[in-house]
Amino acid sequence: MRTLLNTLYVQTQGSYLRLENDNVRVDVEGARVAMLPLHHLDGVVVFGNVLISPYLIQRLGREHKPVTWLTESGRFTARTETPMSGNVLLRVAQHAASGDPARTLAVARYIAAGKLQNQKAALLRSARDAAEADQPILREAARDVNGQIGCLPLAGTVDEVRGIEGTAARAYFGAFSHTLRVNRDFFWLGERTRRPARDPINAVLNYAYTLLAGDCAGACQQVGLDPQVGFLHALRPGRASLALDLMEELRAVIADRAVITLINRSQLTPRDFILHAGGSVTISEDGRRTLIKHLQERKQETVKHSLTGRDTPLGLIAHVQARLLAQHLRGDRPHYPPYLHR
Amino acid sequence: MDDPVSLSALQHFVFCPRQCALIHVEGVWADNSQTARGHQTHERAHGGGTEVRDGVRTLRALPLVSRQHGLAGVADVVELLPDGSPRPVEYKSGKAKPRLADEVQLCAQALCLEEMFGADIPEGFIYHVASRGRREVAFTLELRGAVLDARDGVRALLRGGVLPAPAADDRCRLCSLYDECEPFAPRDFPAGYDPFSTRMDGGS
Repeated sequence: MRTLLNTLYVQTQGSYLRLENDNVRVDVEGARVAMLPLHHLDGVVVFGNVLISPYLIQRLGREHKPVTWLTESGRFTARTETPMSGNVLLRVAQHAASGDPARTLAVARYIAAGKLQNQKAALLRSARDAAEADQPILREAARDVNGQIGCLPLAGTVDEVRGIEGTAARAYFGAFSHTLRVNRDFFWLGERTRRPARDPINAVLNYAYTLLAGDCAGACQQVGLDPQVGFLHALRPGRASLALDLMEELRAVIADRAVITLINRSQLTPRDFILHAGGSVTISEDGRRTLIKHLQERKQETVKHSLTGRDTPLGLIAHVQARLLAQHLRGDRPHYPPYLHR
Repeated sequence: MDDPVSLSALQHFVFCPRQCALIHVEGVWADNSQTARGHQTHERAHGGGTEVRDGVRTLRALPLVSRQHGLAGVADVVELLPDGSPRPVEYKSGKAKPRLADEVQLCAQALCLEEMFGADIPEGFIYHVASRGRREVAFTLELRGAVLDARDGVRALLRGGVLPAPAADDRCRLCSLYDECEPFAPRDFPAGYDPFSTRMDGGS
């Protein structure tokens, strides 16, 4: 029974983490600010200038709890490898599948199908809560995404799958601001922009995706998959393609939903963003803290898994999907079943 | 030469080949209340060091190896009789398991001890902590053969074949890997699960 444990996120600059008995002790400016039992944690994520004692790093490694280092602004820099990271037989199967165009296409199509199903469901759900004027726009976008789902079984190459996914993404993000009910003059979304974000929604989405990608990379690592060898995402040095693949089914469900909720509840407001000269936008430290706290709470919520039918914490879905993919790659399942959110 | 097969892998293999593959090939582990009790039982059995009572010396946590049979592991308890002949005693927190898994593990310990001590070992004991009962297990030719068959089975798994199919029977209730194994879940898509569905009512 794998249970969902907490990830400890530390973003206060200059903090120091160390092992005290079986606890992680967090000090800031020489004073203790937190004491967390190790057995409640499944990993530690630190941002920027945060120190961790060697004893704590080693203890976390022995217990297969990864430490992830991000820059202060949330970009991935390093993650510990533990003795259980990587099952060589699984990796060989993964690499063989990734070198087989037919198998790669099949997995990529199912991943894209999961992503588009969840985008469609998210738009339909938003349409139910939206102001009357926004409802037709959201339903129309859901129909457009649905049309692309219909094209997926016909896609003959992974490039075609990516094209279908791109068309659906334009429809989905084109309607995204219509899911918002407050501060609409400030929160607008042009096109998807990554580095740098050119508008506040992109700034917060990018940050949420970084956190989610970290969770997905951790899930790959925990079941022994190689996070860099993906199916839908092209292989590129330095890119965690498989973690990005796994994230596709969860973007709308976890990250996009969090952003919409926080803006609509006015928990994220214009004050949480920094508008830079030249038109780029970043999210403030307070804004990041709000987002992290919300995502942590949301991960505890249980959902019924579409394939297994079991009540599963949302935060464990990435792990379950990584396990299902591993089963497919090792010949235990004929197909990879994507996560379909209800 | 192949690496020695661990005695715990033998026990897992006889209980369920899929459980053995999940633990020793796929690197999956999960604790349930039974495995947690098992850890406690073994910690207690391993603590305490050597003691002598009525001429019987008790060795705890003794490393075992058999080059001849390609086995290695650790015995909970080995008793040395007054003539120096060893008898393995395996501590178990639960009841006797079906399918002789514990007996095979115990007999594998005896095969190691026979080689290490140059002795013949006709029997050993399984101590059930819950009932405080000790039962004798005779190391018959048949049981010895079962150890070597299980060893070959574990080696075949480790060579990287396909994961064995789930047992999907009474054993699964006792298994801590139920969630990872999903013995009763459909291997293919169940009815009503269609990733390519174009229904617009939010279902799939």
